[in-house]
Amino acid sequence: MKWKKGIAAVVSLLFSASLLTACSGGGDKKTSANPAPADAWVIGGNFELSGGQATFGKAAVNGAQLVFDEVNAKGGINGKQIKFVALDNKSEATESTNVASKLINQEKAVAILGCTTSGDTLGMVQLAMDKKIPVLSTSATNPKVTVDEKTNKTNDYIFRACFIDPFQGTVMANFSLNNLNKKTAAVLTDNQAPYAKGLAQFYKEAFTKKGGQIVADEGYVTGDQDFKAILTKIRATNPDVLYVPGYYEEVGKIVKQARELGMNIPVMGGDGWDSPKLVEIAGAGALNNTFFSNHYSSEDKDPIVQDFVKKYKEKYNEVPDSMAVLGYDGALILVDALKRAGEPNAEKIKEALAATKDVQTVTGKISYDEFHNPIKAAAIIEMKDGKQTFKDKVQP
Amino acid sequence: MDVFIQQLINGLSLGSIYALIALGYTMVYGIIRLINFAHGDVYMVGAYVGFWATTQGWGFLPALVLSMVVSAILGVVIERLAYRRLRNSPKIAVLITAIGVSFLLENGGVLALGAKIRTFPNVFPEVQYHFFNGAVVITNRQLVIMVVTTLLMLLLQYVVHKTKTGKAMRAVSHDTQAAMLMGINVDNTISATFAIGSALAAAAGVLVGIYYNAINPYMGIMPGLKAFVAAVVGGIGVIPGAFVGGISLGVIEALVSGYGQSLYRDAVAFALLIIILIVKPSGLFGSNVREKV
Amino acid sequence: MTEMLKQYFKLSNILVTVAILVLFAAVNIGIETGFIDDYYKLNLFLICINIILAVSLNIINGMTGQFSIGHAGFMAIGAYGSAIMTLKLGYPFAVGILVGAVAAALCGILVGLPTLRLKGDYLAIATLGFGEIIRVVILNIDYVGGAAGLNGISQYTDWPWIFSLTVITVLVIKNFMTSTHGRACISIRENEIAAETMGIDITRYKVIAFTMGAFFAGVAGALHAHYFYTIQPTTFGFLKSFDILVYVVLGGLGSMTGSVIAATGLTILSAYLQDYAELRMVIYSLLLIVVMLVRPQGLLGTAELSFDGIRRFFSRQTGKGRGAGNDSAVG
Repeated sequence: MKWKKGIAAVVSLLFSASLLTACSGGGDKKTSANPAPADAWVIGGNFELSGGQATFGKAAVNGAQLVFDEVNAKGGINGKQIKFVALDNKSEATESTNVASKLINQEKAVAILGCTTSGDTLGMVQLAMDKKIPVLSTSATNPKVTVDEKTNKTNDYIFRACFIDPFQGTVMANFSLNNLNKKTAAVLTDNQAPYAKGLAQFYKEAFTKKGGQIVADEGYVTGDQDFKAILTKIRATNPDVLYVPGYYEEVGKIVKQARELGMNIPVMGGDGWDSPKLVEIAGAGALNNTFFSNHYSSEDKDPIVQDFVKKYKEKYNEVPDSMAVLGYDGALILVDALKRAGEPNAEKIKEALAATKDVQTVTGKISYDEFHNPIKAAAIIEMKDGKQTFKDKVQP
Repeated sequence: MDVFIQQLINGLSLGSIYALIALGYTMVYGIIRLINFAHGDVYMVGAYVGFWATTQGWGFLPALVLSMVVSAILGVVIERLAYRRLRNSPKIAVLITAIGVSFLLENGGVLALGAKIRTFPNVFPEVQYHFFNGAVVITNRQLVIMVVTTLLMLLLQYVVHKTKTGKAMRAVSHDTQAAMLMGINVDNTISATFAIGSALAAAAGVLVGIYYNAINPYMGIMPGLKAFVAAVVGGIGVIPGAFVGGISLGVIEALVSGYGQSLYRDAVAFALLIIILIVKPSGLFGSNVREKV
Repeated sequence: MTEMLKQYFKLSNILVTVAILVLFAAVNIGIETGFIDDYYKLNLFLICINIILAVSLNIINGMTGQFSIGHAGFMAIGAYGSAIMTLKLGYPFAVGILVGAVAAALCGILVGLPTLRLKGDYLAIATLGFGEIIRVVILNIDYVGGAAGLNGISQYTDWPWIFSLTVITVLVIKNFMTSTHGRACISIRENEIAAETMGIDITRYKVIAFTMGAFFAGVAGALHAHYFYTIQPTTFGFLKSFDILVYVVLGGLGSMTGSVIAATGLTILSAYLQDYAELRMVIYSLLLIVVMLVRPQGLLGTAELSFDGIRRFFSRQTGKGRGAGNDSAVG
């Protein structure tokens, strides 16, 4: 009698199994309709197309698509077209694993581009390592992405198109001490973003090591609207500068509300600030006396940059932000490696990626160090009346 | 002291928003005993309508009114299509439907308008008032939020207590069957409740858009939950309770951020909710209802 | 004695055992030979995890009639607890699962005791609050990585582990449901006051339900953590709780088979809709609303799908009063 109810469980399990086979049947049909992997290079895209970071993912896909379209228009690589399959990971790490698995197993991708955030990229790192499929993240700046935490060894198959958090944090700490001549700083971190926490940590380390003092260390979470309470608390400690390594949406509100509270000190941050939306949210006036480190500036007069901005504007009718430019750069680096690999073989692509040297991208000439991090300069941008202007360029 | 006053002002303006959303929550819960999870998303839609109107060059008041009207209609439509059929179904079915409607509005919003945040145009110039040598700052936008919230609350009190619709609402909320027997059109009364509640949420949406300057399709989730907390704290179904609950939640959050650890702010809000539920389940202003056997 | 043996070796029981073993072996061979590739494997594992989550929530929501919507919090405890054991302290996976599940169960008691005074929607919102509190607390503990979460967790979850735990969970809960204790829980759902009058210790059974539900959610969390390599606090937000709640309600509150079918179906649906980024959630939400409007009691109501029920249905052609497989013995 006791076992009787178990029947139901088994029926259901059988049911699920049959559903699953039905599912796999459908899947097979679908893949057979696509060109066989031998006819094209299948590049997977694992991006945030919905959810909290949807704007990042979309911009990066737009940027990457531009490269692949160009390559295909010129006849592809070794006569083979590139098929770019970008799927949605809902801005979730678990879903990112799922998407990567689908790209590798179903779409037979030979390499994966993405994700834009460190958290989501970390979701597929281990899977890609196990499956031996190279991953090139467009903008995961957390050092942990390419280096195994426990063994401190480089993750063979993981690469990125951006510089890393320690560099960005240190650059801004030096900038506040040396260029702005400020001695005390308050840090306000997006505690839900590993990216922001990384930046904050390295900023604080560099700042205190060189004689500065951190007078306030506060946090918020992504999606917060009201920062006046935290800012009032920070205001009471009288800092010389405020460092806010977060994403533009919250940063815009923070700068706006800080100015409303009469805090006119310099506010600084990282590449998460780079979006035309920042000015819209905070207002041009409030953003005076703010600085951030970035991968590039759309105002840069460099012809390579301007050429890219023009192309991007033509196709998508908007100014590319740093996510878009890194999507573009990531695709450029990948295409360069594909050309050198010569055939759609994950192992060879990985070798080629690791050997990347002096590839001309919009954000500079890219070469990888031993940890698969590109060695490139950071731009420090000052906001003046709502316009991004070059303040400084810092070499590593 | 000046820091404390500043924190109070911060809390009051934040709490006013919670209060406006909580009013709608409490009305709907009071009348059909449904946690309307889609309420926070009606607030989002209200903000978007306000955004559209102000970018078309409308002034603050016309935009506010338009947004309230559109959201009122939306609220009624949601009730008609999604909730009415389920009025006699298990409560959890309606709750799941409400969650479904909430997802639909959020993701429909993403699909139709994009996930990108939108920024409101400058509807009226910002003026700051300084006290204590600039240690305490209040902006005219914060004042507008507080004044509009108070006015709408008073208006709502008037409607609920002095008008025929309001009396019908109270009757239906007290005992639906008896109200029906007394010749009250229950369907229309419930529709009216949804219309008023949604209009208030829309007002909150427009105010938030103007004050914080940025809106996105997911903006309703957290404030919606918080407003529900506020409604429960104040005593669900009680209109002044929702108002007081909203204001206190805002002030408590400001004080937690200002004097404690800002990262635990949300946890404190929910812990407060649980404590109040355990100590006084009917909320601060609610009256205990004895269970009939 | 022989009577008992006869019951144990009833045809249907033998069939069940054989079917379980065959299914296990078939999938195992499929995985070994690569016939079931990693993508299907991943979804198969997700289905199993979601089944455990759904049936465990069903103890609380379906059987006992308590309205809990913070299930992801227990899952988080299980995931973090087990990952700390294996990743940080180097214990074997089995210990990890056990510790994660027990930690979740303790939290279940912790949540259960104070909230038992609350009823219906109040309980719902309190459990939602607890789930959020758990998430916020985890987010602020640097030992477990804060927002970045725990990374580099070894992938211990394989088919034998996940399959046996899923089967065990379903069987344990099934048997609990038809036991004295399970029936006591059901009586609380049907009428709390009447149950109390009949001498049922309501508080005790509510706590038992919460603890059991939390325990198995912890198991699911542990399996999840050790399959996806990485866990982050955001994975266990209230949206995850809603997902689990949807499985239970869509399948039918109080129906184990309903939960299993809904968890399976919706996981597959979610995988299918992956290609339609933004449209996916719109379709999902529309489906939710339509199903609820058409069948507010869920797909199966409180009924169960079973061999016996199906057999009865076919042997009794005039079975108009009861639908296919309705086994009125339960609920």
